Order: sequence, then structure tokens, then C-alpha cells
Amino acid sequence: MNASQSVYAGIDVGASRTKAIIIDADRQIIGRAVIKSGTDFEEASCRCLDQALDMAGLTVAYITNAMSTGYGRNNVAIARDSKTEISCHARGCFHYFSHAISIIDIGGQDNKIIKLDASGKRLSFKMNRKCAAGTGAFLEEMSLRLDIPLEKLDGLARQSQSMVELGSFCTVFSATEVLEKIRQGKNVSDIVKGLFHSVIKRVMEMDSLTEQVVMTGGVVAHNDYLVQMTSEMIERPVLVPEYPQLTGALGAALFAMEYSDK
Amino acid sequence: MAEEKKVARKKIEATVQMNRYMSDYFYELNEADKSRSRKIAWCTSVGPAEILRAMGFLIHFPENHGAMLGATRMATDMIPVANASGYSPEICSYLTADVGAYMKGITPLSRAYPGIDRVPRPDVLVYNTNQCRDVQDWFAWYAAEFKVPLLGIHTHRGVKDVGDDHVASIASQMKALIPPLEAISGNKFDIDKLNHVLALSKECSGLWKKVLDTASAKPSPLTFFDGTIHMGPAVVLRGTQTAVDYYKQLLAELETRIHDRVAAVEPERFRLYWDGMPMWGRLRDHSELFSRAGVNVLASTYCNSWIFSAFDPEDPFNSMARAYTELFIVRADDAKEDYIRRMIEFFKVDGIIYHDAKTCPNNSNCRYGMPQRLEALTGIPSLTINGDLNDLRLVSDEQTKTNVEAFIEQLEER
Repeated sequence: MNASQSVYAGIDVGASRTKAIIIDADRQIIGRAVIKSGTDFEEASCRCLDQALDMAGLTVAYITNAMSTGYGRNNVAIARDSKTEISCHARGCFHYFSHAISIIDIGGQDNKIIKLDASGKRLSFKMNRKCAAGTGAFLEEMSLRLDIPLEKLDGLARQSQSMVELGSFCTVFSATEVLEKIRQGKNVSDIVKGLFHSVIKRVMEMDSLTEQVVMTGGVVAHNDYLVQMTSEMIERPVLVPEYPQLTGALGAALFAMEYSDK
Repeated sequence: MAEEKKVARKKIEATVQMNRYMSDYFYELNEADKSRSRKIAWCTSVGPAEILRAMGFLIHFPENHGAMLGATRMATDMIPVANASGYSPEICSYLTADVGAYMKGITPLSRAYPGIDRVPRPDVLVYNTNQCRDVQDWFAWYAAEFKVPLLGIHTHRGVKDVGDDHVASIASQMKALIPPLEAISGNKFDIDKLNHVLALSKECSGLWKKVLDTASAKPSPLTFFDGTIHMGPAVVLRGTQTAVDYYKQLLAELETRIHDRVAAVEPERFRLYWDGMPMWGRLRDHSELFSRAGVNVLASTYCNSWIFSAFDPEDPFNSMARAYTELFIVRADDAKEDYIRRMIEFFKVDGIIYHDAKTCPNNSNCRYGMPQRLEALTGIPSLTINGDLNDLRLVSDEQTKTNVEAFIEQLEER
């Protein structure tokens, strides 16, 4: 790539993970990265962007425009503009699926249901309230309680023969409920499937799903079985974009391209 | 870096005068409390204040005090005190903040008005359940504490159309207050005094409506956040010449703004309607959150609650009964929907913000599908934000900010 070619960066600083994407003028992804956000969002955004640029074989000097999004969107030094993660997830998803869609995004600390019409305009959105139920934080807490690495949950849930249902809204109460199930001798894989089921139920309580469903977010990216379970629960196929954890960053990069002349 | 710019809403000059009037009001109450020179009644904010004033009482409004606790961000430290004495964190946080503050011997009046060290002690407490049942329990706590009489009006709830039966019931309850109030005040009830007070209340109410209606101008000279501050005299001084004088002054200033096309929020890119309680401890933050995006939240159900169009000095009891029952909060959902639909049209708004206040179900109109029904009917989008009037433990600022900014981005896409 030579310096005269335009590239655009999108940086999504989430509460749990920071994501960066570099796209070229043809909207092709040429670099991407995901790192832990930690406590210094500005440092995390710089480091994540550097990793994405490394993958693209570029330096920051090549970036024509950058847009930030996510919880730490105002802590991104290179970004001239920012947009909320709702707009960026919507834009990123519509890039892959250009028709009316209902997006379920399950992130580290919040969930969203975003509805787009056939032209990509947002019709509505809902975020979870202050509660962590149904988010990645819920699964993280449960993996700690069960002493099972987070990355093993998906495989365990797939092995379940008889799901254990959990009733509580509350993460803390759910943890107590899980301990009670263990005490009762329930199978761990059945409990983990119950946790996945609980996540999906909490999300689906937020809004109706009116169009073709797309799932995104870090929790979706690392737990394929969650998508399969959702599809079974809603009795229709669920679409997943190429990099489900990076759709916010991709949307931000696409906005950066659109805004570069403004 | 994407920086947040600060844009303050334009300052209203009349505020100086309002602060003077409010100061006089609180010091007069304080003086009466200390000297016991006048009888003091505590009254709910949309209660039968006119009757009390006509009978010579000075009036303290606990809801006003509750809002002050919220606005000064003192409430969140007071609420747990009431919680620990058996008043749930799920109930009205005006009640819990106010009772908690009393138990701790603290009042925001001391901060604002040097020399005032407590709320004025009541000789009688008079409530009206037209807003909620919590006021009854709230006032009952103080009646037991001060060992003074507790009187009440029990209003019908969920009223679709206010009929003659409703009016007759409330009017008779109001009349029943007179004998005990005569005994407590030592004053004989005088219908001419009531008519005079009611005439002043009607004038105040009419002027307050005109003030709020100025927000229908484009650009609006007023914001909802201004309204929450300037409603003070309509709450605590209605029925006095002072309130009438104040709203004449405020109205003149706002009409001049309209004439000169002065916007309260510049530029006014979008116009929003607020339904539900303010988050008192976040008034400034919310005002800045919207104004820096060029959005004016310019009208509300809440501020409109002190408009009493039905007042008629020729027929005081029936007209007060009607006015205090026609309030939005008393009504059935279909009447409320019709009201908000008319407000959307009148104020020419682009969207609605519903505040789902955790401890105030009666002022949270988004819990039974109303936003969805109204959006289907009008095409006007809405956003629900979760929070509370006083309890900041129930407020997530980052969630609110992201939701509001995302909603504004949605409006930009339309």
C-alpha cells in the first residue's frame, strides 16, 4: 500500500474489550485487533490501533480518518469524531446484511437490541438497564463461581443432555442458585447450558425480534452455541457477521470513511 | 479526540426575582415556626392549598422539600436512614429522603437560607391522594412525630372522564375539612377569602400555562429544565399576589425572547418532550447533555401538573374538586395517551423521553406499553431512561448518556 491510498480506522472501546479495525477505500478489512480495555482507555485504544495497523502493515500516518465508539469513545486520541456503539453496531451489521434486521448484541457489560429498516435506518433500540444479567459479566461471574475457564463454557454447554433452568433475574442470586444446583448433584454441563439459556432469555425480554436476526458481540464471538440455542428458541435462522466482536469497530471505520470529507 | 463541548442553556433574568420571593416565603415560614405567631399547615403540592391559605395558615410543602433534597444531591445520603427504620427503598424517594433528613436533623434550607435550621413544625397535615398513596403514609409519619392532626382527601384513581360524581365526592371531602381546620386555626371559615385566594390561584395557573406554552414557539425560549426551577412559585405561592406578579414578569421576558427569536438552546436542532419526574440531582447534567447536542427538551407532563384550568371563584369547591381530579396523574391511560398526543402536536416535538423513575410508579407512564402505542399512533419515536427522582443509587449516568446520544443519532438519521 502506498501513502496516497486512503485507509480508515474504527476503534470501539468497550467496558471489557477494546476493538480496532482498519479498512481500505474498498471497505475491505485489512487490519483488526481485540485487547482488554483495562483501566486506561486512552492507552488501550492506542495499543489496539497499533496492533490492527501492524496486521495491515501500516503506520498511523496512513490513516485518513478515525472514528471512536463504545463506553470509552471520548478517550481515543486519534479520533476526530465519535458515535455511540448503537449506531456503529447497526452500521457494521448493515454492511454485511443490507436488509431489515433485528440485531442482538451481547457485550461484556451491556446488551442491545437494535432494529433497522430495509434502508439501514434505525427504527428503535433497547439497552439493558443497570443490571448485568444477560451480559458477558454474568458469564464471567459464573465461570468464577464454577471454577471453569470462560473459554470452556461453550464446549460444556454443548455436552448437556438435560438443561437446568435458572429462575433469578439477578447475577448474585443466580450464583446462589447455581451453587444450590451443584449441591443437588446436577451435571455441570447442564448447569452451563442453563446459564446460556438465562442469557438469551434476559436479552429477549428487552424487545421483540421483528426481522431477520443478527447476533454480534464478544459473548457471541466466543460462544457459538449461544447462537445455535437462540436460533432454536426463536425457531428461525440467526445470522452472524464475519467478526461478531468487531461490528462496532467496523461501523465506526465505515462512519470514518463517510465523514472523512465533512 | 472527540471532545464534549459545554453549552449552557440561556439564563432567565427573572430568576433573581424568583429567588427573592422564594427566600421571603421560607423566612416567613421560619419566623412563624420560631415565634408560633401563625399556624402552619403542611400540604401536598397539588392538594387543597387554597383552603388552607384562605383560613390563614402558612403552608409548607414536603414535596418541595423533597425536591430540594434531590436537587442538592443530599437525598441519597438521607434515604438509607428511612430505609433502616422500615421504609422500603422501593417506595417514594421524596418520602424516604424527607423522613431520613428529618431523622438526621438536616435540611437543605439551612444551606440556601442562613438562619433556618429546620423545617417549620406543623399544626396540621393535609394530604390529597390525587398523586399517590405514598403521601398519606408520609404525612402520617409526621402526624405521629409531631402529634398533630392528619386530614386527607382520597381521590379516585385511573379516572377516564371526570364526571359529576367524582367532583361531588371530592368537593364534599374538601368541605369536611373546614370544621377541623377552623378548630386548629382558630379562624372562622370565610367564603369570600376562599374566593379571593382561588381567584389568585386561577390567575397564577393561567399565567404559568402561558409561560409553559411559550415553548411551542420555534425556537423555544424555554426548556423543561427551566420549568422545573420556575415552577416553584406555582407550587408554594399559588393563591398569592406574589406568584401572579412573578409569572407576569417571567412571561414578559419569554415573550420578548420569542419576539427576538432568542432560543433557550442554540441551535435548536431537535425538540423533545419529557414525560415523568425530573432526576433532581442530575438537572444540570441532563440540561447540558441535551443542549450540547442542540436538543431542547422543552415541555413536560410534569411542569404542566400545576395548571388548574377548572378553578372558578364563583363555584370554589366544585371547581377545585374538578381541577385537582382532572390532573394527568389521576387519569386513566387512554386519557393520558390522548393528553400526550395533544402535547406532541402543540409543542411540535421530534421525540419523547420517558423517565422510568424506580420509586415513582405513578409518574412513570412507560410501564404499560404507552410509548409503543403512542409511537404507532403518531410516528414520533421515544426513549425510556431508567433512574429516579431522588435516589441517585438508581441512576446510571453512563447508561443515560449513551441512550440519549444514541437516540439523538437516531433522530439525525430520520
